[in-house]
Parts: sequence; structure tokens; C-alpha cells
Amino acid sequence: MSQNNVQLDPIRNAQVTWEGCSVLLDINDGDRLVFARLTSGSTLKIGNKNCSLQPLIGCPFGSLFQVDNGKEGPNLSRVIPSPEDDVQEKEDAQISGEFRDNRAIVDDNKAQCLSGEDIDEMRRQGATGEEIVEALIANSATFEKKTSFSQEKYKLKKQKKYAPKVLLRRPFARSICEAYFKKNPARIGFLRVDTLSLLLSMGNVAANSDVLVVDMAGGLLTGAVAERLGGTGYVCNTCIGDSPYPMDIVRIFNFSNEICKSIVRASVSDVTSQSETSEQSDQLESACNMEIQSNEQKSSSVSMEDISLSSENGVSDLILEANHSPVNKISKSHKVGEKASQETLKLWKENGFSSMIVVAPELDPWSFVKDLLPLLSYSAPFAIYHQYLQPLATCMHSLQVRKMAIGLQISEPWLREYQVLPSRTHPCMQMSGCGGYILSGTRTATNASSQQ
Amino acid sequence: MLPTDPTKKISFTRCIKEGDLVIVYERHDCMKAVKVCQNSAFQNRFGAFKHSDWIGKPFGSMVFSNKGGFVYLLAPTPELWTLVLSHRTQILYIADISFVIMYLELVPGCLVLESGTGSGSLTTSLARAVAPTGHVYTFDFHEQRAASAREDFERTGVSSFVTVGVRDIQGQGFPDEFSGLADSIFLDLPQPWLAIPSAKKMLKQDGILCSFSPCIEQVQRSCESLRLNFTDIRTFEILLRTYEIRQWRADCGQGTGGGSAGSIRHKRKQHLIEGSGEKENPNNSTVMARPNGEARGHTGYLTFARLKCLS
Repeated sequence: MSQNNVQLDPIRNAQVTWEGCSVLLDINDGDRLVFARLTSGSTLKIGNKNCSLQPLIGCPFGSLFQVDNGKEGPNLSRVIPSPEDDVQEKEDAQISGEFRDNRAIVDDNKAQCLSGEDIDEMRRQGATGEEIVEALIANSATFEKKTSFSQEKYKLKKQKKYAPKVLLRRPFARSICEAYFKKNPARIGFLRVDTLSLLLSMGNVAANSDVLVVDMAGGLLTGAVAERLGGTGYVCNTCIGDSPYPMDIVRIFNFSNEICKSIVRASVSDVTSQSETSEQSDQLESACNMEIQSNEQKSSSVSMEDISLSSENGVSDLILEANHSPVNKISKSHKVGEKASQETLKLWKENGFSSMIVVAPELDPWSFVKDLLPLLSYSAPFAIYHQYLQPLATCMHSLQVRKMAIGLQISEPWLREYQVLPSRTHPCMQMSGCGGYILSGTRTATNASSQQ
Repeated sequence: MLPTDPTKKISFTRCIKEGDLVIVYERHDCMKAVKVCQNSAFQNRFGAFKHSDWIGKPFGSMVFSNKGGFVYLLAPTPELWTLVLSHRTQILYIADISFVIMYLELVPGCLVLESGTGSGSLTTSLARAVAPTGHVYTFDFHEQRAASAREDFERTGVSSFVTVGVRDIQGQGFPDEFSGLADSIFLDLPQPWLAIPSAKKMLKQDGILCSFSPCIEQVQRSCESLRLNFTDIRTFEILLRTYEIRQWRADCGQGTGGGSAGSIRHKRKQHLIEGSGEKENPNNSTVMARPNGEARGHTGYLTFARLKCLS
């Protein structure tokens, strides 16, 4: 690749996987999403078989894999898709689609002649997934009667079951948020991806900023902010009260050393108090360190976390097999959430934070925002997320009345996805009903005591 | 505008200087960008404001006119800039902008290609996302609009991260010098499918493309053209619903009845002013929220796609 006058930043994630990196496995085009750490021992369960993930190490992000029925059992092999074939088939299908309908099709489950045993036998004889799908189509009494769209849908469904494809994805704020929102939204405070993106914009997150965050979303917000800071500035993860909030999700991001160093913790009293109260901060420091250590231990015993959707046979959350060699890898991995140094605390006290983002769906915002807002620089923007409207309304009113902030606005994002296919374009049948609410505004330079 | 320059970064100690760009805030829906100049004055319905009064004050300050009216002076951010910039074309607003930046997976160090530049609303946010080590190369086929955009980027201080080119991307594609170098590409063109083959050449492996189109026919045609070389094709619509709040004082007999919309607004202002000096009594008043009557129905469809990994 030519360099020209374009500066390519080395911080940007590598394009190829490495041993010990964290990846997102997209099974069957978004049907099932699994986070995994690539080690020689890690496996992935597809259907009811375990496949080793070792073939994925050293492959570029974006590579596609399929399950092969080898003699030793199923394994994942790399697939290079040929672009032209897909398009040709579909074009042919459209032309003949207009002349059929479903008036004669009766859904009595008797259309398929092949039994489950027949299929297993085919597998044992080494038939590929595609061959099994072809056989199913050939043995279906109703296939010819279906419209071309219906045939396409049928084929796709069988392919997903008998010839599943696994796409290797790099974890990024967007995919991590979507995956969690789909399967375990409570862990991230029901923070939807468009809401998270709004928080990052409204919070003016940019390189060299010092962003104060209250993150009760398992570390998702902290990670997303750190990603956008790119290793410069700081994201200060603060907690209301004594016990720091868990930040496990930050580990999935594959952050470099530099970015990890920009993620620091500080309690509210640390950032507001003078240096004389170092005793208090020492106690909190040991509490913070214990929390980090116990998190490290937790993640070393669970090397993969499966947050899959329920598949056809109703499989729910699984904790996949642990392999103890990852313990070494994780202790080598960069420490995140170190306590902010005295120097950094002093810097923040002198200059103020550039902005603040709050995701604390269990707390009443006004109760702590009134203490945190004075820590922001004058004219600094802030964004507060909540699942419920009322607490934000009272917070907004209190800020207005005390003239602590202007440009206050409560917004609710609305997101709808579309299916775009020839003659079949429409919004998706399913949609998220609520992405929460955001109170945004800008801190003023006048404080409550010196009102006009 | 961006904190990458430590001398310009906002802080408790940073004060407004000659030559700074400030956002003059009258109301949340009435703001203006003004360049501070020692001998100038800013005029509005509240009176005349001398710039010399502004110099030396911190951003976020309330300043007064000769008639006693006031405004706030805010530090510019890409969000505020989107609300005050002059519209030479229809622009993108915060909901679409924030979603695009998230979905294009932009971080400092990325190289982004954009066409068309339009009024530079999205471009400013792209610059923030990739600064200080990345760059935005943006193209517009209209020479004057490209020049106005360049001026705006100078004014807002993002010009070291943005290069504006005059080029017809639909007709000529992106310049060859970027082949295989772009992390992400954004298209806001009337016929984006004409630019998709070029976009494919420009993108790095697993790079991401976004196309913004107001009409569904454009989306359908773009998706057809994307299927050849792209995967993970997704189309979205995003809108923001805003809420207004009101304090309801039960003891003043301000019930649900009567009054035109105008008088209710007047009464609401009174409530807010009265509330400032008194302690809030939770028994007598509640704050209620409701959606704003005016809402945006549609801006455009956002289609995202990743380059297929074919090697």
C-alpha cells in the first residue's frame, strides 16, 4: 500500500487476528452473535457440535468460515465467497416469481421426504452442507409450487441449519453494543446503539478530551469513549458511592496499551477533594484494586461468553468451555481502570473536564449531577441517559431553575431497520420500542450563588 | 474547535480572546456564530453587545447589552456548529451524524472519503472523530460550495484535518491515489450506485461504506449495486423526538382547563421565574414532560455495508 502524504496511525486496530485477541463471531448473518477469545484450545458450539476456533487465528477480520463435516468431526474452514454467483441466481428467480401463489400449499409438515436419520447418514458419508440442502430441496413435495421468493427463503433457512457460516468480526463499540442489546440488554442498562452514538456526539468526545463518565453499563460506555479518544486524553470512570462499577466489557475491545492507560478510575470525593484527604482515597484505592483483581479472576475462568439468541432448538446462554492457558494471556493483557494519579487529579481540578456522560439507569440523576456538574469546564457539554423520562424532567427543571446549564434538551431516539430486497422492501417486522431518553446541555459559567 | 490544540482547549482558565469563534446563545432555537473582534458589536433584539466586554470572560458566561438584555457565549462544538452554519444545501443533523460516525467505526487515525461536502455539517463531525492523526478528504462538484466549505473549516479550526476537492464523484469516481487506503466512505449523492464501484477500490479490507438517500428507490438501487462486492448491508432510519417540560403548581389553580396555547406558554414562563428563588416543595408542584408538537418526519435512509473479504 502506498503511503503518499497520508499518515496512517499505528493505533488503529490490526487487520488480522492474533492469538489471545477478542473477536465477535457472527453466525448466519446476524442470527447469533458470540464473543470469543482466540486461543488454540477455544471452541465454538454450532448446532450440537463443538468446532475448534484455531483455524481463525491469523485470518483477516471479515473472513468467512463454514462448517465442514470432516473425518475427525466438524471443523471450520475458510471460505472465499465468489461475488457473481449470488447475484445471478436471484435475478433469475425474480423473473419467474410472478406466476405462483400459495393457494394449493397445505402446511401439514408432510412435504419433506428425507428423515433426520437420512440426513445424519449423509453427513457420515461426508456430504457437504450444500449437498444436504440440495437433497432437501429435491425431496420436498411443495418446493416447486412455491413462489421464487418463498423458494429463496426456504433455501436460506436450510442453509443456515445445515451449512452455517461464521463471519469473523472485530469487536467495536457498535457491534458490542448491538450484541448485548439483543441478548442481555439489562447488563448495559438497555442502552441501544443509536442512543450510545448520540451520547458520544453530544458529549463532544474527541482526542485529547478529558471525559467524566458515570458508567453503569458494564464498561460499554467507558470502552466506547476510550475508543473515540484513541489513546489521548482521559476517560475518568467515577462511581457514586463507595463501590466502583464493573468494567468487564472494556476487555472485549482489544485495546492497545496506550488506550488502556487513558482509562482511569476516580471516586467523586477524589475529584472534588483537596490532596489532604489522601487517607480516604487510599481506602478507596484498595477497594478499587480488589474489584479489578476479582474481575481478572472471573474473566480468566470464563474464556468465552456466549450471548447467543435462541436458535432453532432453543439454546439459551451458555458459558463455553474454559481453557486454563488463557490465564497467562490475560495477565499479560493491559490493565484497565487504574486509579487516577494525583497529577491527573490536579490537572482536572485546574482545567475541569471537557464533558460528562452519564449512564446510570438505577439512580436519580439530579442527586449526583448537581455535584458533578461543577467539575466540568465552563461551556462544557454533557449528556445524561436514563430509561425513564420523569427523572430527567425533574433534573432538567432543577438545572434550569439554578441556571447551571443552558441549551437543555430531552431527546428520545427512534431507530428502524429496513429489509431492502427487489420487490420485497419494507421496514423490518421487529423493532426496538425504546432506546431510552437523553438530557443534554451545556454548563454555564455563572454558578448558583451569583444569579442575575 | 477541537481540543487537539492545547492552547485552544476549553478549561476554567481559558478566556475569550480576540479572533475566537463564539456561539451567541439567545434561546435554544436561536443561536449565531460570531467572530470576536475588539472593535465590533453584536446586535439583536435585546440591544447592542460590545465584543470588548466579551474579551477576558470565560466561555459559558452571560453577557449584557446596552439595554440590559443578555445572551450566553458558548464555545463552538460540531453539534452547535450544525445548528448555526449557513445552509447552502440541505444538511444532516445530529441524529444521523452521530449514527453514521458510530457505524462507520471512526476513531482517531482513520482516513475517510466523503462526497458531497454540501454545507460541511457532517464533515465537521467527521474531522472531530479522526483528529489528530486521521484525515477527511471531501469532494463536491460545485466549485463555490467547495470554497465556502473551505472557509467554514478555517473559521471553525478544523482545516488541518479536512481537504476539500472539487470533483464529480458520480462521473469520475474517487482519485486513484486513495486506492486501498480508505477506512470508511460516506456518500450523499443523488445516484450513489454510480460511485459504488469506485468506493470498492478505495476501501481497505473490511472497510465500511455509508450511503445517505432521501428516497427508497435510491436505496433499492444502491443495495442492488452493493450486493456484488459488499456484505452486512443494512438500512436504517433514525429520528429524534424531543420533549418539553412544564412545572405544574397544584395550589395556584392552574388546572387543565381553558386558555389558548399562547397564554399557557406565558404562564409557564412565570412558573419558571417564580421557581428560581424559592425552595421546591414537592407537595405543591410536579414537573411534567410531553413530546414536542413539531417533529421531523423523515431525513433520509442510511445504508451501511462492509467490503467483502475476498483474499
